[in-house]
Amino acid sequence: MTAGRGDGDAAAQQALVGVVLVSHSAQVAESVAELARGLAAGGPVAPVAAAGGTSAGGLGTSAELVVAAAREVDRGAGVALLADLGSSVLTVKALLLEDELPPGSRLVDAPFVEGAVAAVVAASAGAPLAQVAEAAAEAYAYRKA
Amino acid sequence: MRDAEFFRSWMAATAAAVEREADRLTELDSPIGDADHGSNLLRGFTAVRTALDAETPAAPGAVLQLAGRTLISTVGGASGPLYGMLLRRTGKELGEASEVSDAELREALDKGVGAVAQLGGAAPGDKTMLDALLPGVAALGTSYRAAAQAAQDGALATVPMQARKGRASYLGERSIGHQDPGATSSALLLGALADVAERAEGAR
Repeated sequence: MTAGRGDGDAAAQQALVGVVLVSHSAQVAESVAELARGLAAGGPVAPVAAAGGTSAGGLGTSAELVVAAAREVDRGAGVALLADLGSSVLTVKALLLEDELPPGSRLVDAPFVEGAVAAVVAASAGAPLAQVAEAAAEAYAYRKA
Repeated sequence: MRDAEFFRSWMAATAAAVEREADRLTELDSPIGDADHGSNLLRGFTAVRTALDAETPAAPGAVLQLAGRTLISTVGGASGPLYGMLLRRTGKELGEASEVSDAELREALDKGVGAVAQLGGAAPGDKTMLDALLPGVAALGTSYRAAAQAAQDGALATVPMQARKGRASYLGERSIGHQDPGATSSALLLGALADVAERAEGAR
């Protein structure tokens, strides 16, 4: 099943995939979310939430913030999570293994900034979770030099 | 047989060991990490102690699952999900029995260490927790003290290794010559287990 831009009213009614950005830094997560939303703008934008830093505001990862962000963007179409490195990746993986994220949550293997933009653009266009993940992963293939 | 009290004591003894060694763990984490391993684990195991006091789970498996869940949500660094998965998977393997045998604990810990390897994707020799946990758990068949010693030896053996996982791996060859903080704290966990087991023997 695909839900592209051309599906008209049905696509507009359809729930969008949510995107969660998990970074060691609250500012990085927020800024990348803002960048991705900005570049996806032009129509309805998929729900995006940032989960950056520890609950105490330091550098690191908070499982609570990740779970809260995933719940916040879950519209029933799945949630794509992108993580920067280390504990951000491991925390998301552990939460998935422990079934603590909404059904249909998935860690997307993608570069953080480029992958976030691709994921939010695809999700905003109504792409299903698998295509959102694919779009984000494709960002690895873009060579800059 | 080991009851929930034994496992609560193990977690409390680990918390005490982490408290005692927190500065050293952070010091080890300074040249090759981000200098937060001691404070992160201290925050995590302090929260474990508080959670176990508040909830007092009645089964060994439940004690370890609560401890693991607490570590995942409170540590903030990579050691949170890694230790969290170790204890949660071990706890899940132990099930709901009110008492477990040493052989059951050994098998469950083996599965728990497998979960750490699966989550982190590290192999032996990568200069990680696994370099203490794998030899430690392998020696559990001999005795708890032998396991603690093997984990300790394993941690020391990380000094000449080049890190291949985590932040330390960005340093390449410059990671050589430093003891891995995660392997060191893993040895504390198995050391605390041996202490608690010996205390239980002495009380018999």
